[in-house]
Amino acid sequence: MKKLALNGAGLLVALFAAFPVYWMIATSLKPNREIFSATPRPVPAEPTLEHYREILTGNLIPGVTFLDFFLNSVLVAVATVLLSGLVALLAATAVARFRFTLRTSFLILLLVVQMIPLEALVIPLFLMIQRLGLYNTLPSLILTYLGFSLPFAVWMLRGFVAAVPKELEEAAAIDGASRAQTFRKVLFPLVAPGLVATSIFSFITAWNELIFALTFINDQQKYTLPVAMTFFFGRDDTAWGSVMAASTLFTLPVIVFFLLVQRRMVSGLVAGAVKG
Amino acid sequence: MTTLTKATDEAAARENPARRPRRKVDRLPYLLLLPCLAIIAVLLLWPLGQVVMMSFYKLDSVRQLRGDREWPWVGLANYAQILGDPFFRTVLRNTVLFAVANVALTMVLGTLVGLLLNRLGKKMATFVASCVMLAWATPALTGTIVWKWIFDDTSGLVTWLFNKLPDGLSTTLFGRSDWTGYGWFNDPLLFFGILTLVVVWHSFPFIAVSVLAGLKSVPSELQEAARVDGAGPWRVFWSVTFPMLRPVFGILVVLSTIWDFKVFTQQFVLAGGTQDRSTFMLSIYSYAEAFSPPPKYGLGSAIAVILTVILLVVTALYVRMVLRQEDES
Repeated sequence: MKKLALNGAGLLVALFAAFPVYWMIATSLKPNREIFSATPRPVPAEPTLEHYREILTGNLIPGVTFLDFFLNSVLVAVATVLLSGLVALLAATAVARFRFTLRTSFLILLLVVQMIPLEALVIPLFLMIQRLGLYNTLPSLILTYLGFSLPFAVWMLRGFVAAVPKELEEAAAIDGASRAQTFRKVLFPLVAPGLVATSIFSFITAWNELIFALTFINDQQKYTLPVAMTFFFGRDDTAWGSVMAASTLFTLPVIVFFLLVQRRMVSGLVAGAVKG
Repeated sequence: MTTLTKATDEAAARENPARRPRRKVDRLPYLLLLPCLAIIAVLLLWPLGQVVMMSFYKLDSVRQLRGDREWPWVGLANYAQILGDPFFRTVLRNTVLFAVANVALTMVLGTLVGLLLNRLGKKMATFVASCVMLAWATPALTGTIVWKWIFDDTSGLVTWLFNKLPDGLSTTLFGRSDWTGYGWFNDPLLFFGILTLVVVWHSFPFIAVSVLAGLKSVPSELQEAARVDGAGPWRVFWSVTFPMLRPVFGILVVLSTIWDFKVFTQQFVLAGGTQDRSTFMLSIYSYAEAFSPPPKYGLGSAIAVILTVILLVVTALYVRMVLRQEDES
């Protein structure tokens, strides 16, 4: 009896959590007459890919399709990931491998800057982007997202670096390897999985961001996907099939990436709090 | 080691032949930190200073930002204008009430789900946890768009559900039986209700997973013992589980407070932009003042500074908590 109640509650929670995602995908596969029918069907009766075809081939503005926005987003996110990964790896190595005077101060700095409300930085960063002549360019976003993703990336990566046994590097050093060689041939390959996990978080940060992309980009063909979605789909409230198809294409990569690394997220955010 | 440092080490060794060469300060860690520090300084700390500075000027055009025009210094006039404006007090009240309600609901729901996941059988727990993870992984943007579709005034699921209610019941309860065309987002209170639903849906998974991780890290024998001794679930939670997980809860409350205070994307998408002033909260208010024509960058900066100061206080609590835990473990 008690077990039944627990399982029932579990199903309710699962339904509440997963339903919107299911509903997004289901709607994207329904023909318009099912979407706008008086009685919604829980499952598409005649699934169709017409909405996907529509958004992938149709021009949102002359000469620009959904794919162009998708590519803008990929470009920005990938550039952010590469830069932030490289810089974070150097910093994480410093923190995890060396004991130096300002180490604790740096760790506190990392924690504090993660708490700066990025929403409060839109105006000064807009000023900076204007002054640098980067307004209306994708690099303005890459630069911004690099700053946003870096503190968490270092925080997360330092755990991975610390987990590599120091003896391996010492052995390499004794065998005559220089510090650069040790870094490249010993530490880097062992930290690579952690670097991938960290990169995914930077990717998601850049991929999902809306406010700054909304503010720094003016030309429609340079829009990233989130801006394009609020701009083109926010106006015409009736095209729910296309909106849901676009949302699905935007969401799926994030969900896949996210599920790969979510365990790290908890340990990264609550730091030492849940250590056994 | 470079030849240069080797040479100085040898020199040091010659001066004090009895002692081993003193270890030099290693510059390498600082070099490795340099790019990271530079980026944090330029892209986070400098703008933080800039926003404070901008709040003391009257900035009403992009030309001023580009440096083509003068920046008239107005001192605290922007703050005086905001703090004297009754609308700001409404916005501040909305923000605080929204944050308190959302943190409370997220914590309660997240904790309950965490406790539930801990009690479920292995297969069921994996299934429920996977579903919960989906809500977490969904980007704020698309999550909000889907909820907007669910509350659509003609073909939305909720509209359909309310139309399904027996007419008599619906009329007695809400004063209407036909819900087609009902604007779910027009009434500010209802808007905040739906916004709360969207935000809680998106943020309870993190709490649930963290609480679960916490529960797994403490021995379950204590809870079982308490249960055997006849303590009810309420008693077991407050007398055994909660005290053990107090640090986790502390951090989760602070993190949630920080996140819920500056909700932007969900609000922006749900309201369809920045036109609807009756549903403003601090972050969107600051943004709208600065970027909706006519632009008022100085005024927007002042609001952003107020938001930052509030969050700074909460952050100070957070850092203190994390550091204390780093010491303990």
